[in-house]
Amino acid sequence: MKRILIIGATSAMAKACARLWAAQGHRLHLVGRQTDLLLALTADLQVRGAAAVTHAVLDANDMDRHDAVLDAAVASLGGLDTVLIAHGTLSDQPACERDVALTMRELQTNGLSVIALATLLANRLEAQGSGTLAVIGSVAGDRGRQSNYVYGTAKGMVAIFLQGLRQRLHKSGVRVVTIKPGFVDTPMTQAFKKGPLWAAPETVARRIVAATDRGADVVYVPGFWRLIMALIKAVPEGLFKTLRL
Amino acid sequence: MLDMAGFDDFIGFDETTGELQCAAGISLAEILNTFVPRGWFLPVTPGTRYVTVGGAIASDVHGKNHHGEGSFSQHVLRIDVLLGNGERVTCDRDTHADLFEATCGGMGLTGLILSARFRLRRIRSSQIVETTIKASDLDAVLAAFAENASATYSVAWIDCLARGRQLGRSMLMLGEHADVGPMSLQPDRALSVPFDAPAWLLNRGTMQAFNSTYYALGPTISRLRQVPFEPYFYPLDKLRQWNRLYGRAGFLQYQFVLPTEAGSTGLRAVLNRIAASGRGSFLAVLKAFGPGNVSPLSFPKAGYTLALDFHADATVFSLLDELDAMVTDHGGRLYLAKDARMSAATFRAGYPRWQEFENVRARYHALGRFASNQSRRLGLQ
Repeated sequence: MKRILIIGATSAMAKACARLWAAQGHRLHLVGRQTDLLLALTADLQVRGAAAVTHAVLDANDMDRHDAVLDAAVASLGGLDTVLIAHGTLSDQPACERDVALTMRELQTNGLSVIALATLLANRLEAQGSGTLAVIGSVAGDRGRQSNYVYGTAKGMVAIFLQGLRQRLHKSGVRVVTIKPGFVDTPMTQAFKKGPLWAAPETVARRIVAATDRGADVVYVPGFWRLIMALIKAVPEGLFKTLRL
Repeated sequence: MLDMAGFDDFIGFDETTGELQCAAGISLAEILNTFVPRGWFLPVTPGTRYVTVGGAIASDVHGKNHHGEGSFSQHVLRIDVLLGNGERVTCDRDTHADLFEATCGGMGLTGLILSARFRLRRIRSSQIVETTIKASDLDAVLAAFAENASATYSVAWIDCLARGRQLGRSMLMLGEHADVGPMSLQPDRALSVPFDAPAWLLNRGTMQAFNSTYYALGPTISRLRQVPFEPYFYPLDKLRQWNRLYGRAGFLQYQFVLPTEAGSTGLRAVLNRIAASGRGSFLAVLKAFGPGNVSPLSFPKAGYTLALDFHADATVFSLLDELDAMVTDHGGRLYLAKDARMSAATFRAGYPRWQEFENVRARYHALGRFASNQSRRLGLQ
């Protein structure tokens, strides 16, 4: 039985992961913003077979509370084996272009708050000399594109931060896993037209759960995004700037 | 259409009684995946597990155990319904019983089912002991149903293209939950039909060949074997998008029930008409129902139900209209969950309590709020 902390637990991908973990009989601590959703998910996970489910309310941007919330989480779980950081918002790119404050807020939510949490969690895991820290990034963080570069910047910042963290924690036996989903059909992407590249949260969750057990450090989900992003990253900047991506 | 698939939380489960409470958008497949390994099964299941609990209640689905256990709604203890005025009402057989009964089988026209409580049944193995009995004609299969009324599950595949002395030849498949055996799920290895087949693929010749071969390959008299529950209950779930076998135009499902007293005469008349048209399907299913229930639009009632698929071409509609008349004349009715074309007159003849249903809708603010193409066609408000 593992002791698993999920931050942003009511997001579609995190919820799908939590359900898989619950069915495996693990102990879960859920962190999210909305009490009603956390309570509903708690009941659901208990029915599915979780050994125990507790929760705490936190807005990840409330950084002063991070340490206390993590203390409480570790106390509830009786330790910590796996952490999944999954919270985030899909930035409205055109709105960000007109509004500096909004841009800063998006970078805060999707980038800085994640880095703050990862910093605190890294120290705890390093001290105990074990554990896995998995963070949901995005293929959008692999290269800046005009259609979503504010969101992409935040996710790219997180990815680079995790690269450094991975090197640092390797010698302590702590794994750092960067998950890079492509298009996932969730409430966050409700407004988008769906096509063949889109994946269900349940499909993505199976990969995430497997990746926290073993495997690569950077996981594209579904896997074909590794190839797509390799191609996108390979386009020379001089040509890339003329594209309409 | 409201897609409720996002409302898929379990709410509670009582390990001693098997009572499950869940949001209406959860699928039967998800319930099986969660509970079969723990020794629980659905009280009633239709022929596909890819339906939601809300849909199962709204269509008051039935399964191979209808003769013993009734339809799905008969196992439902309580539901939460969102009314047309935004009010949330909890109803059961005592509180707002009229709303409860009308919502079961009510095709979503009374309000939105938000959550439900129902009881799962205990199983000792996930496998099914299946007995297959060959019946050489209609009377033989009806007799076999009667002789095996104590079987937990029973359903017959019927060759609806066979004529003359072979009219109604069938294979009756009985099932019991096994007492010993594994408690497990089969890995999900569904194949999918990748594209629309040409329209001629399922024609009279190929279907007759299929039906004759299937019948000939069946056991000589009877066969007993133990199989996983998935192929027993959900043979078509193995083949995603199997509708594509019927080509781009697709197919129409047609399911009716004839009361027991119309029995073999009525069925014989309908089967003769279908066999003469040469339009029968390779998936025709016959089942003996137990008594119906209190819901005004619930489909099952004591008698025989026959489910067929027809190629959806322009000429099939007049055949189905003819069949409608035969069904109505014999005191039968069509299954609303599979209907895409019946007339308001056929509906009213088959469901004489439709006005009572409308009154409940009026009392609970559904009029002008909940409607469908089907409800408009059937002349409901």
